[in-house]
Amino acid sequence: MEITQQDVEKVAQLARLAVSTAEKETFAKQLTQILGHVDTLSQYDTTGIGPTATVMGHVNVFREDLVRPSLSSEKALANAPEREVDGFVVPKILEER
Amino acid sequence: MSLHKLTLCELQKQFQAGEVTATEIVRAYFLRIGHVEPKVKAFVTQAKESAFMEAEVLDRKLKGWRKTLPLTGMPLAIKDNICTEGISTTCSSRMLQNFVPPYDATVIAKLRAQEYILLGKTNLDEFAMGSSTENSAFGPSRNPWNLHCVPGGSSGGSAAAVAAEECVAALGSDTGGSIRQPAAFCGVVGLKPTYGRVSRYGLVAFASSLDQIGPITRDVSDSAFLLQAIAGHDPMDSTSVDRPVPDYMKALQKRDLKTVKVGVPVEFFTEGLDQDVEQSVRAAIGELKALGAEIKEIRLPRTDAAVAVYYVIATAEASSNLARFDGVKFGFRAKETKDLLDLYMKTRQEGFGPEVKRRIMLGTYVLSAGYYDAYYGKAQAVRTLVCQDFDAAFKEVDLIVTPATPTPAFKLGEKSEDPLQMYLSDIFTISVNLAGLPAIALPCGFSKEGLPIGLQLIGRAFEEETILRAAHAYEQSTQWHLKKPTIR
Repeated sequence: MEITQQDVEKVAQLARLAVSTAEKETFAKQLTQILGHVDTLSQYDTTGIGPTATVMGHVNVFREDLVRPSLSSEKALANAPEREVDGFVVPKILEER
Repeated sequence: MSLHKLTLCELQKQFQAGEVTATEIVRAYFLRIGHVEPKVKAFVTQAKESAFMEAEVLDRKLKGWRKTLPLTGMPLAIKDNICTEGISTTCSSRMLQNFVPPYDATVIAKLRAQEYILLGKTNLDEFAMGSSTENSAFGPSRNPWNLHCVPGGSSGGSAAAVAAEECVAALGSDTGGSIRQPAAFCGVVGLKPTYGRVSRYGLVAFASSLDQIGPITRDVSDSAFLLQAIAGHDPMDSTSVDRPVPDYMKALQKRDLKTVKVGVPVEFFTEGLDQDVEQSVRAAIGELKALGAEIKEIRLPRTDAAVAVYYVIATAEASSNLARFDGVKFGFRAKETKDLLDLYMKTRQEGFGPEVKRRIMLGTYVLSAGYYDAYYGKAQAVRTLVCQDFDAAFKEVDLIVTPATPTPAFKLGEKSEDPLQMYLSDIFTISVNLAGLPAIALPCGFSKEGLPIGLQLIGRAFEEETILRAAHAYEQSTQWHLKKPTIR
């Protein structure tokens, strides 16, 4: 399947990844090539074969809902690119009426 | 003999006997690092100050009362995608260049509880995505056997550091061969444990259903010794498995391979396999036979599918896992953005390198509406077939022997422009991750150009003992692991 630059743009938007014009061109070419290889999977008959998501057959792993020590807010904020008092700073997302 | 020449088990013995202090060990290693690191470039971060401090504390404590643990004073290097509290963990990415983890990965907590000494954090392909360390944002590491060649990847820094004797042993992580391929390229021993044997808590996630942490060491005994320290169930990793950890060193006591059935899959010996590699691996199979193993030809018919399955599943998982890098809570943030969406888009554009972006794109594509069934669903179903191949084979044999890689180490730049060729170089290691099995790579010869060649032994789930025993028996009957590179 041919991946077009429009496809790249759409996927990049979904992935929240800005791409340059040069990247669009390269990715379109490379993704077409890689997906061409992936298409070889169609030769394997998988009728009636279930998917493998994890090999150890884990289902749900539960633990007791207990209060345990956790990171202090100071430690959790230590790597913040921008902070104010006890919070992360992000650009405004709500418009004032 | 210089301290940096000793294996982990040898150094441990000397230290336990009080023949050498922790400070002497750390000094010897930083002397060695000073000599060879400018050429090898195995480390992203050297923890010189903290290593000397820890050594001093240990030595002072041991003066009073000599009570030691198995890894007390042992100088290790850790792949830089494993979180170390207070020491930066970059994943060789601009995105995490200034990230200092507020907690230790479980494997690090275990090593720390045994009083190990961290020498530094080793280079990798950005977020462990690659086979050469050329995708590191901080530049590639070099193969100690030939500085023009790649050390392999993604745990290339760890493998190069062990081969160059810049640490006594190291930890790596393996998603599609990232421990075994660089171990093979650098002439050292790399073990990928069974999925669930070692906790992944604190390993920066790439593909969660495939990732596993394991040791990279100078010989098989060291591998068993280090696995012992990190294996076991962890409530913090819900995919780690709650079953007893056997005594791996004890598994090495049997020196022959009588009653062991070894399978040789015909699919691994086809076109594309380098002649020197084939010759060395065939000779190694002969050696296993001489040790008493019964050799049997087997089939793994879906081997060809593994790379395609992997690059759908691994990228799909990666695209979800890497969604967390949004420039809000930690890591890089782009400057001068106009709103939140712009902040996400630009942060990710500027913070990630080309290979990581390529995989996020591929993963997002195969999971997107309209393509999910055709790609992701199909890959998951073929993954079942790959697992069935191994199930059938392990009804007939106890372990499977293959080359670890189709060729010895390639040159820097040789494959970096062609992602598909780079992906296909992992063809012999990838299916093992898809099936969650344990496998070890160990030296079994050299190419005409003097580059190491790796043998891979694959075992049944949770039968690390069998592959360690066979690897050890083979190693003891050969000399390959004793050869060391001249770094120039």
